[in-house]
Amino acid sequence: MSDQNDPMAEIRASFFIECEELMEALQDGLQELDDGSEDPETINVVFRAVHSIKGGAGAFGLEALVRFAHRYETVLDEVRNGSLHPDSEAMKLFFLAADHLSDLVRACRDETDMDEATSEELLTRLDALLGEDGASEEVAPEEFEVQGLSLALDLPDMDGAEEDEADDTKLYTVRFKPEQELFATGNEPLMLLRNLCDLGEASVRCNFDDLPALSDLAPETPYVEWIIELRTDAAEPEIRDIFEFVDGLCELEITGPDASASEVSDIGATEAADTPPPVAASTDTAPAADADNAPLPVAPPAAPEPDPARPANVVAMGAKEAPAPEAAKEPEGDKKPGTPAAKSVVRVDLERIERLVNLVGELVINQAMLSQSLDEAGLSPHSDAMNGLEEFQRLTRDIQDSVMMIRAQPVKSLFQRMSRIVRESSAAVEKEVRLVTEGEATEVDKTVIERLADPLTHMIRNAVDHGLESSETREELGKARAGTVTLTAAHRSGRVIIEVADDGAGINRKRVHEIAVNKGLIAPEAQLSDSEIDNLLFLPGFSTAKQVSNLSGRGVGMDVVKTSIQSLGGRISINSEPGKGTTFSISLPLTLAVLDGMVVNVAEETLVLPLNVVVETLSLGSDDVQMLRPGNYVVRWRGGFVPLYDLGVMLGYRSHRKTDPGSIVLLIVLEDGSRAALVIDGIQDQRQVVIKGLDDSFYRAPGIAAATILGDGQIALILDPADVISGMGHIRGTDLMLSERKIANE
Amino acid sequence: MSLRVLAVDDSRTMRDMIRMALMPAGFDVHLAEDGVHGIEVLDGLEPDAIITDINMPRMDGFGFIDAVRDQAEHRATPILVLTTESAPELKMRAREAGATGWIVKPFDPAKLVKALQMVAG
Repeated sequence: MSDQNDPMAEIRASFFIECEELMEALQDGLQELDDGSEDPETINVVFRAVHSIKGGAGAFGLEALVRFAHRYETVLDEVRNGSLHPDSEAMKLFFLAADHLSDLVRACRDETDMDEATSEELLTRLDALLGEDGASEEVAPEEFEVQGLSLALDLPDMDGAEEDEADDTKLYTVRFKPEQELFATGNEPLMLLRNLCDLGEASVRCNFDDLPALSDLAPETPYVEWIIELRTDAAEPEIRDIFEFVDGLCELEITGPDASASEVSDIGATEAADTPPPVAASTDTAPAADADNAPLPVAPPAAPEPDPARPANVVAMGAKEAPAPEAAKEPEGDKKPGTPAAKSVVRVDLERIERLVNLVGELVINQAMLSQSLDEAGLSPHSDAMNGLEEFQRLTRDIQDSVMMIRAQPVKSLFQRMSRIVRESSAAVEKEVRLVTEGEATEVDKTVIERLADPLTHMIRNAVDHGLESSETREELGKARAGTVTLTAAHRSGRVIIEVADDGAGINRKRVHEIAVNKGLIAPEAQLSDSEIDNLLFLPGFSTAKQVSNLSGRGVGMDVVKTSIQSLGGRISINSEPGKGTTFSISLPLTLAVLDGMVVNVAEETLVLPLNVVVETLSLGSDDVQMLRPGNYVVRWRGGFVPLYDLGVMLGYRSHRKTDPGSIVLLIVLEDGSRAALVIDGIQDQRQVVIKGLDDSFYRAPGIAAATILGDGQIALILDPADVISGMGHIRGTDLMLSERKIANE
Repeated sequence: MSLRVLAVDDSRTMRDMIRMALMPAGFDVHLAEDGVHGIEVLDGLEPDAIITDINMPRMDGFGFIDAVRDQAEHRATPILVLTTESAPELKMRAREAGATGWIVKPFDPAKLVKALQMVAG
């Protein structure tokens, strides 16, 4: 069965998407509660999230999920109505339960096995919170009956009463006298009578005896009763079912052939005898169907007047505008609504978006070609064609941005997953850890977010396990007992920067050096700078943990993290200060598809450099270049020296360094703030280029990030300058490179 | 003539389910995401029946029913409450707020259709 034709599968899929949003709201809400939020809406949001998950799960017959959600919800309800005040232990349990709930949701979605043991354990602990009341609550799961349903598209069989009227029919007498409340709840005697008639053959008689004279008639008081003689094969409960909604709102007597007259159901209403004398409010068995005919109260109470403080336009928000619903809620003074309802979402197959992205890429290339040919045609820059082209360029860029927006998502969901990692890993190593997140609203390409999860998980574990000292040590050092891990996301100069920082001991460089020597990664006499030592962590086969803990010792090192970041076109760097902590920064391209580039010539080749790294272009003077030692040059720049590299040599296009006076040099600044000067042969242009990923079948040459097609149809390689330099630059010639090669050979 | 129904529920899944249950049965279904939104959608809609959830942000089901009943033209409009609990107190509360009837979630599409036809014809 294809997904597209199965409405149930569609709804199911959207249920799981909704669950993700609900889980997000749940996490947010719990966090706020944990932070001491007093806002009653916070617990409401938390409760509703679990409640909605339960509701949806019930519809799909996901029993385990319903069962867990129900009991979780029961406890939250106690918090909501104020009879339970969660302490910090209880809050921890709530977080654990939320984590588990999210596991269950995923397990249901992927139809994988569920961790029943954890469910049981958590439920027992949750129930324990209920104290003595808990005992009575334990039966609840059975009460809440799960009823999976299949949505048949054909019309459900509506009249349950057209069975053969042959032998089994019995004669019932039904006396029905509505009370005023029946009308107040929007019930309509006509409907009830019709439904009754549907059960079989009925004759309906209306009793007007109580009807007062017109002058005495109170318009809202019902005065009439109906007596229905019903010949049907239906049993009495079936008849009673029809009156389910008006039970207690009317006098009802059902007299059957077998049963004695059933009880009069009349709850707290005036006795028939007390009712004032009659007039007609509604009469025969077939009054006009309009609601007007029912005895309607005359003077409606004051009109409701929707609260003017509540904005009227909160219907649909773009899903990406996460803060928008909050703004809309401001009048209520809510801090965080976390209401998934305010997001309006269209589900689109990712493939279609990919296609759109590719097409826009082609459009950019095409526009570049057009621009080039117009240029070559020698048109005046003020001609209509050139003006039109400018507009075309602007539009292309707008389209591009909008298309990228479609794929962009706030990193919030990713960060929330990390808060769970922190909880789990800190519990595993018995450290107290607080996670602080900043810039959750920063938007990043969806694919990037997905592929960041693993490396980030690893980095967070590392920070908790290796970065932070034990709680005891911290106290001895006069630091706060609980360590802090800070997760930050921000847009900076066209890239996304994600940082994982801890306030731990910082990198023990002496030990790192020792280990690297012991493992044969560097020669014992190698003199490395601090940052070079820090970067040793990224070498394959490096692990600093003295003993492999059950947390980080999973055979994955920082080298794997580095590789996965690089495969996203990103870079990772370390900044560590002894005693203060360590910060890992990941820098990622904003989009994976387009780049503002500088097109340059090097040894007859055309190359593209990301424009944002280029800060200045220089022309070499005769005494600007100095040699530090053979093979290492620096260039004088604003009173300082910057390492000088010849791109042609680095990429192997030529063997002789070209540092003649007059050579053109690009001054670039890398994420870590370090500068380098690159010798090139000439600058062609600055323009947007479409990034075409290099297939896996190409050898992944260091320094080459991707390729692009230029306006004239030529293919040019896109460089990653930081990679070029770190791979071939200042460490080259040191023992480090030699050892790296040695490892590769082993 | 097809019946026009306004369904108010903050869960997208639930709204989808209601739509899927009612549309094939020939109902004209209108949806809203919470009580406040429900009141907005109600404006000018003249539904034959209303279905509402109880637990909702901004304005819950009880508040919504109150607000609907306060409008003269909707004093007699049938309102069905969707509830996960079949607890009698909840039913009583819904009725006190002016609800016509209730449906226990997860609902069976046929039952929902039947309940609507019972209250709205």
